[in-house]
Amino acid sequence: MDTVVLVKQVPDTAEVSIDPKTGTLIREGVESIVNPEDLNAVEAALRLRSDHGGTVTALTMGPPQAREALLEVLAMGADRAVLLTDKAFAGADTLATSYTLGRAIEKIGRFDLVVCGRQAIDGDTAQIGPQVAEFLGIPQVTYVQALEVRDGFLIARRGLEDGYETIKTPLPALVTVTSDLNSPRLPTVEGIMSACAGPEAVDVWNAADIGAMADRTGIRGSPTWVAKTETPSKARRCVMAGGGDEEKARAAAAEIRKRILG
Amino acid sequence: MAVWIESGDCTGCRLCVKACPYGAVEVEDGKASLNDRCTSCGACIAACRHSCIRTDASAEAPDLSAWSGVLVFCEQRDGVLNPAALEMMGAGARLAAASGQPLEAVIAGSGVRPAAETISDYGPSAVHVLDHPGLADYRTMPYASALADLIQSRKPAVVLFCATHVGRDLAPRISRRLGVGLTADCTGLEIEAGTGHLRQTRPAFGGNVIATILSRTTRPQMATVRPGVMEPATKAARAACEIRAAEPVLGPRDLLALVVEKVRTRRAGRDIRDARVIVAGGRGVGSAEGFRALERLASLLGGEVAGSRIAVEKGWIPQQNQVGQTGRTVRPDVYVACGISGAVQHAAGM
Ligand SMILES: Cc1cc2nc3c(=O)[nH]c(=O)nc-3n(C[C@H](O)[C@H](O)[C@H](O)COP(=O)(O)OP(=O)(O)OC[C@H]3O[C@@H](n4cnc5c(N)ncnc54)[C@H](O)[C@@H]3O)c2cc1C
Ligand SMILES: Nc1ncnc2c1ncn2[C@@H]1O[C@H](COP(=O)(O)O)[C@@H](O)[C@H]1O
Repeated sequence: MDTVVLVKQVPDTAEVSIDPKTGTLIREGVESIVNPEDLNAVEAALRLRSDHGGTVTALTMGPPQAREALLEVLAMGADRAVLLTDKAFAGADTLATSYTLGRAIEKIGRFDLVVCGRQAIDGDTAQIGPQVAEFLGIPQVTYVQALEVRDGFLIARRGLEDGYETIKTPLPALVTVTSDLNSPRLPTVEGIMSACAGPEAVDVWNAADIGAMADRTGIRGSPTWVAKTETPSKARRCVMAGGGDEEKARAAAAEIRKRILG
Repeated sequence: MAVWIESGDCTGCRLCVKACPYGAVEVEDGKASLNDRCTSCGACIAACRHSCIRTDASAEAPDLSAWSGVLVFCEQRDGVLNPAALEMMGAGARLAAASGQPLEAVIAGSGVRPAAETISDYGPSAVHVLDHPGLADYRTMPYASALADLIQSRKPAVVLFCATHVGRDLAPRISRRLGVGLTADCTGLEIEAGTGHLRQTRPAFGGNVIATILSRTTRPQMATVRPGVMEPATKAARAACEIRAAEPVLGPRDLLALVVEKVRTRRAGRDIRDARVIVAGGRGVGSAEGFRALERLASLLGGEVAGSRIAVEKGWIPQQNQVGQTGRTVRPDVYVACGISGAVQHAAGM
């Protein structure tokens, strides 16, 4: 059972704040983390390895510092990590990202299952999983809440808005997992020691290494174009009502009448 | 493509700084320059009043004239249309009117002709029916194949999907097959005057920013659209609408995955997405007991109770009543928030 886990390094959006003067996102000093649901993906792969044997390879596309995310995943117990980094990959939308990740998975070659997070908290697109599955020409199951592998088949519970369904599909396949699937383990001390043992812990590949065509990666390979970004503005006003419950209720009602009902 | 600044005429006006989505333009000593966050996207080029920002990308636009009209994927299950399908029809109709091009709908399933008839009342000039036993349950591969084939033969300029668990599973698969752009979970759509491109607005960074995204060089322009945001279509005076049976061709590879079990857990009705009045509570409500008062108010007003993620985490209300980025999007006439601070992730859901 060989799995490839796709992990992305993202800014911790819970920490992102807005500059009140310029109205832009303050990125400086915002911590980078492994996308939360990608930790569930890693955990799923590690559990499959302990049940069925095989290997776990973590793959990420990002700037050189995305290596930190891979070290964390190695410390959790992944066997191998690959960092895809190249100036030519910069500015990629999901189409270009899925091409680049897809080429790298083809180069890794042997896999039974590709595991992704449901969505990344910076872009919130949830598109990479299905697009990589299409690139590789394999079946996919998204929003996975539970999974097992039996006799060469994947049996996965796919969450729906009002329930769930169970999908059975032959391997190789791709899943995108939600945080309901499991609780990711923490890196162990030995894991951290061995992950950081040497620079060779992470393989670094560029565009040439995966035979990527220049017009299909990065900004050139991205049909979508971000024309504008804005930070939603909102005005807040606080009115304190005093007195007893009766008085407070009257004050609230008067305020609502004035503001909403005009 | 490369982008660079020739700073000779630069006045340091900072318009390019504002235009840059990536924070890649800096002004120092009254001159703009690009830092290493620049992705050469070109967003700054048009903003510069002095033509200081240059690019080597050819200005020659590809010929997109073969692609025209709006195609809406109407999601159904067991023959029942997803309510968001009519919202997509509403959005599609407005885009079609703005671009002066036709609106068409497509429905896939097995025995879905009656649902197609229903859609035909909402103003499309054609409803394409992809009817096949292999499409009875939603499954990614056969749906992707059937729809990709239809899109390639109809050549619409815009294709809309609901951003449901089905739409967000299906649309990326098709966009990859067609090699075109796809914008996820849009909350605003409009046709750009002059160019006719689709301007797609969507929240990102957990609702901290709102991005406007265009596909200027590829067709179709594909988007998944957040349910609960668009004004639904209303029944149109019955204009000529053709219901066309398309013959989906499915291969054995398309049918590899099977749905072996289907379970519904949510009780019918009482969906906060349909409520006209919502009384919502957060951490400040303090306890499950505190929610009794909110329930009482909601029932007096004929509304529903909802809450912030904190209220869900505390177990005071069920997850399906959570409003926000990771909860539901609601569009009531009145929203009363009690003990909620109004975090962006919460406000993203309304
Ligand atoms: C990736 C991500 C996704 C998220 N998705 C969502 C989401 O979908 N929905 C969501 O809601 N949140 C979401 N959150 C969490 C969000 O950031 C906030 O933490 C959350 O909305 C805060 O909930 P709250 O307003 O109930 O609590 P708080 O922010 O703690 O606010 C409590 C409020 O109650 C007031 N209060 C206290 N006591 C009283 C009293 N006695 N009477 C009246 N008022 C009182 C306080 O002044 C305060 O304004 C998400 C966060 C992340 C990082
Ligand atoms: N640059 C990337 N490198 C590796 N994996 C990624 C990358 N971007 C997205 N993914 C994977 O795709 C999932 C969905 O991301 P997104 O489509 O961006 O919401 C993530 O949870 C990751 O598993």
